Amino acid sequence: MSSFSVTEPSNRTKWFAGTLVILYAVITMIPLVWIALTGFKSPSDAIAYPPKYVIGSDSEAGFKPTLEGYVNLFTTRTRQTQEFLDANPPENWADEIVRQYDMVIVGPSKFGERFLNSVIIGFGSTFLSVFLGTLAAYAFSRFKIPLADDLLFFILSTRMMPPIAVAIPIFLMYRQLGLSDTHLGMILLYTGVNISLAVWLLKSFIDGIPTEYEEAALIDGYTRFQAFYKVVLPQAATGIASTAIFCLIFAWNEYAFAVLLTTANAQTAPPFIPTIIGVGGLDWPAIAAGVTIFLLPVMIFTILLRKHLLRGITFGAVRK
Amino acid sequence: MSDRALDRVAAATPQPVARKIKGLSDRAIAWIFVAPTIFLLLAINIFPLIWTIRLSFTNYRANRLNREPEFVGLRNYERILTDSDIWLNMQATAHFLFWTIFFQVLIGFTLAWLINKKFKGNDLWTTIIVLPMMLSPAVVGNFWKFLYQPQIGLFNYIVGFLTGKDPSSFEMLGQVDLAPWAIVIVDTWMWTPFVMLICLAGLRSIPDYIYEAAEIDRASKLRQFFTITVPMVLPFLMLAVLFRGIENFKMFDLVVQLTGGGPGSVTELTSINLKREAFEKWRTGYASAYAIILFVTVFGLASIYVKALNKVKER
Repeated sequence: MSSFSVTEPSNRTKWFAGTLVILYAVITMIPLVWIALTGFKSPSDAIAYPPKYVIGSDSEAGFKPTLEGYVNLFTTRTRQTQEFLDANPPENWADEIVRQYDMVIVGPSKFGERFLNSVIIGFGSTFLSVFLGTLAAYAFSRFKIPLADDLLFFILSTRMMPPIAVAIPIFLMYRQLGLSDTHLGMILLYTGVNISLAVWLLKSFIDGIPTEYEEAALIDGYTRFQAFYKVVLPQAATGIASTAIFCLIFAWNEYAFAVLLTTANAQTAPPFIPTIIGVGGLDWPAIAAGVTIFLLPVMIFTILLRKHLLRGITFGAVRK
Repeated sequence: MSDRALDRVAAATPQPVARKIKGLSDRAIAWIFVAPTIFLLLAINIFPLIWTIRLSFTNYRANRLNREPEFVGLRNYERILTDSDIWLNMQATAHFLFWTIFFQVLIGFTLAWLINKKFKGNDLWTTIIVLPMMLSPAVVGNFWKFLYQPQIGLFNYIVGFLTGKDPSSFEMLGQVDLAPWAIVIVDTWMWTPFVMLICLAGLRSIPDYIYEAAEIDRASKLRQFFTITVPMVLPFLMLAVLFRGIENFKMFDLVVQLTGGGPGSVTELTSINLKREAFEKWRTGYASAYAIILFVTVFGLASIYVKALNKVKER
């Protein structure tokens, strides 16, 4: 900075502020780092006291990294007799890991399936919310629809209800319609929950696009629909993308509806992860591995798309 | 959306443009664009609300399919409002609400204020701080349960390391006096960044020239903080409190994974209690009335709060 400014903090202030913020950031990351580490421990190292935190060292605080947690997360295993184990040598590295407990892998676990359900339901509902939301937001923005704002606000306020309160009638309704524990049911439900926010966010983005462009296009002989997807859509791309991120994160993280309305077929990962049981109590390395795999996409997403995301949070909150 | 409304849409479209349009009319487009959303909102939001209201006047039980529900008038409401256990749940919720908001505002505002000093690399560290709030609350609750384990948990170890206490001498999730604080700590860890982001937006909205003018008037830094910074960030801060308040009033996933409402029922927040009534005891009608009471409570408190917020904004 060349010119002197009274509002620019001094270097000492900056250094002080920076140190405190970094300290907070480091403390806030400890639980996440710990879970990531636990995923690579053996069950006995995971519950050791004092805790082990040095990777690969032989010291008291060290542990040898292993993929046991990940193997246990993705497979089901059974205990076998010594004769059987002797007669059947391990087929691959995963089998070898399991052998130290006199076990053999008998098949995949349900985690893969549940994770896939999360992906299908997350992306399905995000696509639907953004698709329908963009159309509705355009109509709310460009045509005079009476009571539009009140209607939107009222619908947004139904989100003040506890999810359990909404789940009661949805549960009864889905049972009648045969939508319980189906992907379609969950996609529709998450879309219904997300769409009010999606329309709200998208409308403010579309409001920001000058109408002159479309009017010019209309005069040039475009139909209203062509003007919408050839002129407005490209300009709203940023807004659509950041709305999509919000919808995706909500659907990915949602637990209350998932645990009440799905049991097997369409169950997503959040209700499934806590139920992973190992031999003799909870299998913490496997749970930690599942937690890591499940949280990692969101963290990478957040870091890559931080600009849109952080703006979106404050934008959505500060507007009204 | 009625036909009359659509007529008004068409009437509002400027004539020359309307005549120029080929293909579908604006009125048809508006109808086609809005209809699926309205339908979905009615099906997933409005219709269930109405159904809940209707159920709240009956003694319906969702696990008994062949019994006709009876109309019981206001009896469910009467029983809820006079039930002392529910007031205990309300107290647990109030404790949780008050302290989470207190700590989140305190830490969140401080962090925002520090980040706004624009030190090098502040956006990177902001992103790292924000990570917890992006995660799934249920999964967060699940792994914090691991950190809170009495003998093996990292939390107990660190507290023991810092205070000299034996890490196996206290149970964050198992002790009646500690469990309410255990959930406050996790929620604060998770949601402080949200308050921070909103405060940061508020701080960044204050134009530099106000501080420059204050500097010319020789106002001290402390005075500038209390007469410029605080009043100008206050509306933002109040908004953050509103959002956190609503979210934590309906808190379910995080706490149910952490404590399941226990030990006893000291962390049984209203949402967890509601789940118990609706999906474990299957008292559907009763739970519906409960749900309506909660909704009216949040809606009422939020409306009063928004009025106060607008007054602050006007100043």
